[in-house]
Amino acid sequence: MDNLQKNITENKAVDNFDNKLSTLNLGPTHPATHGIFQNVLKMDGERIHSSEQTLGYIHRAFEKIAERRPYNQIRPLTDRLNYCSSPINNIGWDMTVEKLIGIEIPKRVDYLRVIIMELARIADHLICNSVIAVDTGALTGFTYVFQERERIYEIFEEICGARLTTNIGRIGGFERDFNETANKKLKLFLKEFPKRFKDFETLLCRNRIFMDRIINVGPISAERALNYGFTGPNLRAAGIDYDVRAMNPYSSYQDFEFKIPVGENGDTFDRFMVRQEEIKQSLSIINQAMDMMPEGPYHADVPEFYLPPKTDVYTKMEALIYHFKIIMGETKVPEGEVYFSVEGANGELGYYLISDGGRSPYRLHFRRPCFIYYQAFSEMIKGALLSDAIVTMSSMNVIAGELDA
Amino acid sequence: MLSNRSIKVSNKKMTFWERIYLPAIIGGMFVTFKHIFKKKATIKYPEQKRPVSDVYRGKHILKRDENGAERCTACGLCAVACPAEAISMIASERKMGEENLYREEKYASVYEINMLRCIFCGLCEEACPKEAIFLTTELVPPFLERQDFIYGKDRLVEQVDKRVDVSKRKLKHTV
Ligand code: SF4
Ligand code: SF4
Repeated sequence: MDNLQKNITENKAVDNFDNKLSTLNLGPTHPATHGIFQNVLKMDGERIHSSEQTLGYIHRAFEKIAERRPYNQIRPLTDRLNYCSSPINNIGWDMTVEKLIGIEIPKRVDYLRVIIMELARIADHLICNSVIAVDTGALTGFTYVFQERERIYEIFEEICGARLTTNIGRIGGFERDFNETANKKLKLFLKEFPKRFKDFETLLCRNRIFMDRIINVGPISAERALNYGFTGPNLRAAGIDYDVRAMNPYSSYQDFEFKIPVGENGDTFDRFMVRQEEIKQSLSIINQAMDMMPEGPYHADVPEFYLPPKTDVYTKMEALIYHFKIIMGETKVPEGEVYFSVEGANGELGYYLISDGGRSPYRLHFRRPCFIYYQAFSEMIKGALLSDAIVTMSSMNVIAGELDA
Repeated sequence: MLSNRSIKVSNKKMTFWERIYLPAIIGGMFVTFKHIFKKKATIKYPEQKRPVSDVYRGKHILKRDENGAERCTACGLCAVACPAEAISMIASERKMGEENLYREEKYASVYEINMLRCIFCGLCEEACPKEAIFLTTELVPPFLERQDFIYGKDRLVEQVDKRVDVSKRKLKHTV
């Protein structure tokens, strides 16, 4: 207790208050945290003196479950990591397995994947940015961009059949080609979205009330961010232009022109603006991919891993054997250890996979960016107001599903 | 700078125009006002339903063939493919005179899907070598009892007089 008292008197931020701390449980289920995680805050009046994070409330042991699942049944698990942008997780997983097996992917599949992943990124950033606004009390923009997110989900639905837990793509490509309707919806989205997004920008970006509210809230220096292992928009907001898509291009990202937005000092406004710009960059990537779309098949020619056509299953012995082997998870995968990462909507989403040649991974680890951001949360909100902590959390886009795999 | 394609996006300096903040507010008001005259984005849900795509992954159906015989042969591939372990079945042998009921010599006398476990991933329809199980665009309705979510053959098998068209959702390469 003495120590605590000393700490308090030493802490500048709380000097002016009388030295009584109260404990506040923010979470596990708090409407403002957008997910299930607990923060035990030591409050000095309205200021946060110190905080402690608890996690594990929706731990589902995915890494352990994955050790018992054949490779193509792990994709549904990845849906539930960052559920705001499931397709990125799905495709990232497929590409990890492809890296392990070492298969060549047709250009067209790469481009289709880029389109899907960028759409997912837009959807994720839209949610994050509009929720920052909601947490500061501006609900209108949120309702506008949610209509656009709906359009994105409808495109996913056309391709894979689900909106949120997409389970999109297969090892080697896509389960089905983009159909007429999907293409039509995609074109409509590309046409309509910039207008709607402009509205959102007009409402918030250069609005002094909003700016005053979030500038210098929850800052983190580039050095601290790097030490924590930040990636993605949150690191870029601190001024470091690290982006997996540019540093280590996968899925033909090297073919596209795009800029990497960076911020100044990693505060909430920087994070907001970085995401805002990234949405525009993603849109331009999708446009480029649509324009340059090569001809070709929508899946690689890997009969051992990609399900054969049903007509072949009925008539050809070989196809039937492959069909059974793929479903039972009995196709041979090489032994080995791979790390593959994609630029998830939240940062570097990595898959560390060890295979012993069996039907399921020997060990699988998901490098979840949210887990890393959340470690820094305590430092970022120290001495801040409670309401600032809420905004900081939503601007870091901590998604509960990704926090606890 | 790691890459040479970074751009600075956050400008925290406000111009005089922005500092007096009234123009921004009027601009915002204008945007919201404009939206009053736009088409409504919401629908009145239970009465009015959103058109879902042909490939939407909803409630399952066990198909019958052209003659009305059940296609499923209780091979168990769907149960193996199911990541949620939602499917269970008991296989039986077809007897004489049941050829019009079951397409193959072996059939599933009990076939259950636990809709509470199911994650509607669609892997079962992909796995089925007999094109017997498909997901449909219908949703599983809510029930009060957990037991009610375990769908047996009575609710899964396609009714003879109410055929469901699944041709659109068959994967393209399956023709
Ligand atoms: S849809 Fe997926 S979870 Fe549901 S029964 Fe089929 S395989 Fe299992
Ligand atoms: S539904 Fe298809 S996969 Fe499942 S047991 Fe019947 S025939 Fe086999």
